[in-house]
Amino acid sequence: MHIPDGFINASTSLAAGAAAAGGVGVSLRRAAQTLQERQAPLAGLVAAYIFAVQMLNFPVAAGTSGHLLGGVLAAVLVGPWAGCLCVAVVLLVQSLFADGGLTALGLNITNMAVVGVFGGWAIFRLLRRALPATKTSVVVASGIAAGISVVLAASAFVVEYAIGGAGGAPVGTVLAAMVGVHTLIGIGEGVITALTVGVVLGVRPDLVYGAQDLQAPLVLGARPERAAGEVS
Amino acid sequence: MRSNLRLFLIGGLLVTIALAVVVSGFASSSPDGLERVAEDKGFLETARDHLFVDGPLADYTVEGVDNERLSTGLSGLIGVLVTFGVGLALFALLRSIRSGSEGDAGNPGASEDAGSTRAP
Repeated sequence: MHIPDGFINASTSLAAGAAAAGGVGVSLRRAAQTLQERQAPLAGLVAAYIFAVQMLNFPVAAGTSGHLLGGVLAAVLVGPWAGCLCVAVVLLVQSLFADGGLTALGLNITNMAVVGVFGGWAIFRLLRRALPATKTSVVVASGIAAGISVVLAASAFVVEYAIGGAGGAPVGTVLAAMVGVHTLIGIGEGVITALTVGVVLGVRPDLVYGAQDLQAPLVLGARPERAAGEVS
Repeated sequence: MRSNLRLFLIGGLLVTIALAVVVSGFASSSPDGLERVAEDKGFLETARDHLFVDGPLADYTVEGVDNERLSTGLSGLIGVLVTFGVGLALFALLRSIRSGSEGDAGNPGASEDAGSTRAP
């Protein structure tokens, strides 16, 4: 899913760079406002975990592989704002490994850190609303949203290709091919995301941002939303 | 609570390192979805080499380490540690910005778990 230099022309890459900068900028502000103390180190771990799992390409069809993008995983664990930053950090570090073009960094951040994270998070929220308020629902919603987020990110590439693709292939066939193969990759994304969210929910459910509503009103009379106006 | 969280983070980091160092050796080396589509639809040749294609870590290898699996694993270890370090620094910075401007954040309970866990 990492776009190399050259696939998309300079002006489109530049526009995507502006979109990426906007998304990351808003995320920086919102994460600074909302990130809880105990979630800050977790967000660092989430970024490192996504880097590691992105190395683990799994076969999806004859001669084709895919790997985790991690957008929904990050959003469910640490929230969409910090989640966007996690994926952006991974994409930035991957430049050291010559993965994903430098001039395509804005395109890749737009597709994976912005569209993948916030699109996937929106689907996760919709699914959570439709499903009963249980841990199982969180796991299921994470998996499904993660799978769809891969198709969303792939579609974002097709939009960029339609606007400024250097190759001459018709957009329709590129769209069909991208959606087809990324639906398969999305299944892997969903499984990995659901497994990981399931494990963290099992060990430290209080750390899972996307399951905060499930935390029973606990100790010392504090409500789950302890943030709201409890001065003393 | 603090030690519990620290234990969780250490455990998580160990799992992450194991994935990047050991499991990465079993990853598929087939082209990924985008690369496959680009090849099939005839625009793969529009790709240009990455600026760092001759860099010391290019393509998840470590320059000078000839054993392929070792080279990949080592690059994974470096990547995980760099990503973890950058992430920790970034999010710690964001936290400190927030505690610096707590007054106008309109969120007096901001340090909700700080009472028990914040370092002196």
